[in-house]
Amino acid sequence: MDIIKRLWTYIRPFKVQFILTTIVLLAAVGVGMINPYLIGLLIDRVIKGGQLHLLRLLTTGLVIASVVGSVLQYTHSYSFEDLSQKIVFSIRHDMYRHLQSASFSFYDEAHTGELMSRLTGDLEGVRSFMVGGFPTLISSMVTFIGVTAILFNMNTKLTLMCLSFSPLLAITAISFERKMERAHSDIRHQMAAFNRFIQENITGIRVVKAFAREKYEVERFRAENDEVYKKNMVAGLLRSRFGPLLELLSSMSVVALISYGGWLVMRGEITVGMMVAFNGYLWSLIWPMRNLGTLLDMVGWVISSGQRIFDLLDTDVAMPVKPDAYKPDKVRGDVRFENVTFRYGNDVVLEDINIDAPAGKKVAIMGATGAGKTSIVNLICRFYDPQKGRVLVDHVDVRDWDLKTLRRNVSVVMQETFLFSDTIANNIAYGNDNAPMDEIIAAAKAACAHDFIMEMPEGYNTVVGERGVGLSGGQKQRIAIARALLINAPILILDDATSNVDMETEHEIQQALKRLMTGRTTFIIAHRISAVKDADEIVILEKGRIVERGNHDQLLEMKGVYYDIFKDQYKGLVVEDITQELARDKEDGAVWLG
Amino acid sequence: MARVSRFSDDEPLRKPFDKDQFIRLLGYLGPFKKHLAAAFALMMIATLAGLAGPYIIKLAIDDYIAAADVQGMIYLTLVFAAITVGAYFVNRKRITMMTAMGQRMLYNMRMDLFQHIENLSLTFFDGRPAGKIMMRLVNDVNSLNNLLTSGLINVVNDFVMLIVIVIIMFSMNVRLTLMSFILLPALVAIMFGLRQIIRERWQIVRQKNSNMNAYLQENISGMRVTQAFVQEDVNEKIFLGLNKDIKTAHMDAIRINNAFWPLLNIIGAVGNALIFIVGAGMVTRGEVTVGTLVAFTSYMGRFWMPLSTMSNFYNQLLIAMASAERVFEILDTKPEVTDKPDAVPMPPIKGHVEFDHVYFHYEPDKPVLKDVSFVVQPGENIALVGPTGAGKSTIINLIARFYDVTGGRVLIDGFDVRDVTLESLRSQLGIVLQDTFLFSGTIMDNIRYGKLDATDEEVIAAAKAVHADDFIREFKNGYFTEVRERGSRLSVGQRQLISFARALLADPRILILDEATSSIDTHTERLVQMGIERLLEGRTSFVIAHRLSTIRNADRIMVVDDGQIKESGTHEELMAAGGIYRDLYTSQFSWLLAG
Repeated sequence: MDIIKRLWTYIRPFKVQFILTTIVLLAAVGVGMINPYLIGLLIDRVIKGGQLHLLRLLTTGLVIASVVGSVLQYTHSYSFEDLSQKIVFSIRHDMYRHLQSASFSFYDEAHTGELMSRLTGDLEGVRSFMVGGFPTLISSMVTFIGVTAILFNMNTKLTLMCLSFSPLLAITAISFERKMERAHSDIRHQMAAFNRFIQENITGIRVVKAFAREKYEVERFRAENDEVYKKNMVAGLLRSRFGPLLELLSSMSVVALISYGGWLVMRGEITVGMMVAFNGYLWSLIWPMRNLGTLLDMVGWVISSGQRIFDLLDTDVAMPVKPDAYKPDKVRGDVRFENVTFRYGNDVVLEDINIDAPAGKKVAIMGATGAGKTSIVNLICRFYDPQKGRVLVDHVDVRDWDLKTLRRNVSVVMQETFLFSDTIANNIAYGNDNAPMDEIIAAAKAACAHDFIMEMPEGYNTVVGERGVGLSGGQKQRIAIARALLINAPILILDDATSNVDMETEHEIQQALKRLMTGRTTFIIAHRISAVKDADEIVILEKGRIVERGNHDQLLEMKGVYYDIFKDQYKGLVVEDITQELARDKEDGAVWLG
Repeated sequence: MARVSRFSDDEPLRKPFDKDQFIRLLGYLGPFKKHLAAAFALMMIATLAGLAGPYIIKLAIDDYIAAADVQGMIYLTLVFAAITVGAYFVNRKRITMMTAMGQRMLYNMRMDLFQHIENLSLTFFDGRPAGKIMMRLVNDVNSLNNLLTSGLINVVNDFVMLIVIVIIMFSMNVRLTLMSFILLPALVAIMFGLRQIIRERWQIVRQKNSNMNAYLQENISGMRVTQAFVQEDVNEKIFLGLNKDIKTAHMDAIRINNAFWPLLNIIGAVGNALIFIVGAGMVTRGEVTVGTLVAFTSYMGRFWMPLSTMSNFYNQLLIAMASAERVFEILDTKPEVTDKPDAVPMPPIKGHVEFDHVYFHYEPDKPVLKDVSFVVQPGENIALVGPTGAGKSTIINLIARFYDVTGGRVLIDGFDVRDVTLESLRSQLGIVLQDTFLFSGTIMDNIRYGKLDATDEEVIAAAKAVHADDFIREFKNGYFTEVRERGSRLSVGQRQLISFARALLADPRILILDEATSSIDTHTERLVQMGIERLLEGRTSFVIAHRLSTIRNADRIMVVDDGQIKESGTHEELMAAGGIYRDLYTSQFSWLLAG
């Protein structure tokens, strides 16, 4: 019931409309009960009784009742739709705002697919309850009670006779619904597996073809297809068993009515007109019973989907921001880590980290996968908060900053590049709506993206992303770099930004970046020596701790981890001891590579 | 620069009805002709049984109740009950049959489509998102099925039902029937007119909804970027626009949609009133009976439903035809690379590879390879280097015959690759691609993909050979770790090692390797290097090389630039020659000198 209360908070702004609509609904149900009665009267009084003067009155009544009933029906159904749209609109808006404010840790756990089903399927559950479930529930109940009262008033015995099939009908309908629910859930699961299979097969088609496994894949597909067929047959056979059964039980009520009603007419207990009226009302009795299963299902649906929606809305997901947050006009770009410890769940990601990067300094971070490199970036942008210590930007704790101001002053190239389904120009201008075209092009050139963009069918207006042209990993990364460069923020972060770019292009990008980094505080995360060698300070992380730090030359002298990495990456170059070679080359000043 | 959201771009609304495609679609019913006929016959019987009700009520009122014929009434009841029970069995049988037929047809269509897709060439998959192909295999096929099974049968059934009702009514009373149908043209006009508008409006609603879904989907996936670039407010504006669009479109549709049944109700009530007004006089004059009048109103009531479904059929047809078009588009796509009719199986490959004046282009005005010729001896290791887009990948794609040359020949052991069967060719090649793809399933399954009948021991041996065994054993479930499971995510390097094991298990005669550019941590990097060395041992190999060690260790380096092999030789030879290679090399490593 909590769910209904919560839903009510969304209905409340439209309380008056809701109540009026419900009243109109009840009126429509009431008016709908008039016609069979009028037809009964027509038969008894006018046609059998010959009171022809009543003919005009009664037929006019018939038409008026229909017109009024129809108008009422249109009014309430339209109004319920309108209400449901308003409610869904505001729930969807609330959900969206909630998701926009959700922190990274929320997205670490969340699956896009699940969030999408909150926003689509579950919202649809609420909508369909508002336009279908709720009005149907009310009108079925009122109709059933009203019609039963009318019928009892006309003839008790015949009413009981007609009602006798109801319990059986209701039980059958409910059990049908339950079984169907199970069958459908089986189908859904199987379809999900089926879709996964196809998705994977098509994504991996190059592997399939490389190993010439087409026939094998077709056989695997056949197995999935078989299952889909079987699961659907189960549902189909249920439908063939129960559908006609419900029909049979309903029709048997009609048979009962005619035989028993006919007998009563013969005995003079009721009139022919009453029997015809009974026949007219009968469906109003049968129909709520037949629908019982569906109705229960709808109520169940709105409760479960409402629960999921409100659970999402109730999870506290946003980064806490102080009311008088720091919002400077100008940011210099000093970054400082003071004894920072960051845990993720139970895993210690960073431990006691101290980094000092005054404005304009270039810091490079290296380390194995999982060593905590990306977390350093995430803490500067305050995507996460550390458990111990502080991260300072311009000597102010990032927790005291206005979140948006802070992030506007940091441009990031993330490890996983993401492009939106939009033009290349707009993707580069993301976060910088008013950037003029020449700046966009300049950023693209700096990121070595201009050339391949110009080769696209529509250049900068080519739509990329899910709905557009597919780009290679390296091309995506270059657009992401251009995007970050365009922001022109005092702090620049490159998180493994060139990992998918080939060596030749990487070299070019680095040349361009060198210019752009001047004057900005830069954090570079990379695996390749070539990407970090020019940094003012290179920090080597291992299991969340800084194990080595210094510039390229200092680190090589140390002959520690950095030196090992260096040796590994330039194995092809170095026969014995690289430092010796280097020393000799420096002396010679010759191109030793030849 | 103003941001336009791509999500407000609607897809085109509709296309005209295509008769030829419809006929082609009907072809799928062919194998089920007999079932279809039987299902249709059963449906007719059930329909007729359903129409018996009002007539029986008429008989009861006129012949038995009026005459107080108890025995006759009992008989009539029994007949009615028998018809009802009969209809139950008929319906059961009919639904069972139609379900089985429909599902079988779906099954066949999906099978045909998948088999066809699986054999299409890579050009088909290039730049076509998996999601789109999937939609065709699932949604489009389903929507065709609705039309072919229930849709078509229902519309024919409804049509017959209408005719039967008209016949029954005429046979009861001609004048009353004509009276009842006075309003029919209005009814039909309203139904078909409204349906048309309703259909178009719902279509708009669907578009707006799908725009919203696409937007949300992407927005949620890219939320980190949005937050990093502080675009929340901009996005919220776009969202609100889309949200409003849905509401407006929905209410536009509802405004008309919800008028449909109330209007029919009014027309029906007017029709009933007319029957009574005319009928009352006729009853008094003894021209019709009370029962007939009652039956008439009943039959009129049953006239609407089939009429309404018929008016909806055209919509269903249009939707299905759109699906048909998409399905046929795939079925009509011919695989570009196929076995020749007289293709022979490739004998065991020794490893001699020759490019004989090879030309290749994807688009005629953009040549990718221009007159490439080279000979590679069995066992030779070739490193392909050169800038992005120079044609390195194309060379290896042509060896595996993923595409066909547009000029010249590619020969393996003297056989033109086009003269041998694809399967015999590719099953002897080992191809390791840059973006390592693993299937869901265990690590064991994934390695075994290289040789389906390999024993566990063989799989483990292959993993050991490429130094993947150690890290695999570190997982809790070892070789039986699910690669797609959350938590046990494999790193890029680990995935590469698994793909090396997979390729090694296949024991290819020629190895083709597109070396990954993605940087990985030092330890794994070392393992990957050793893995590559192990893979290349004793095989003819082509490597698109990025690693220095691979380049230096190659027997021969080919420098590909602008669609041609510009230089060829060992590292030392090329450095001495002082050409492109040397420039490439020195520009990348010159900083070492500046040190």
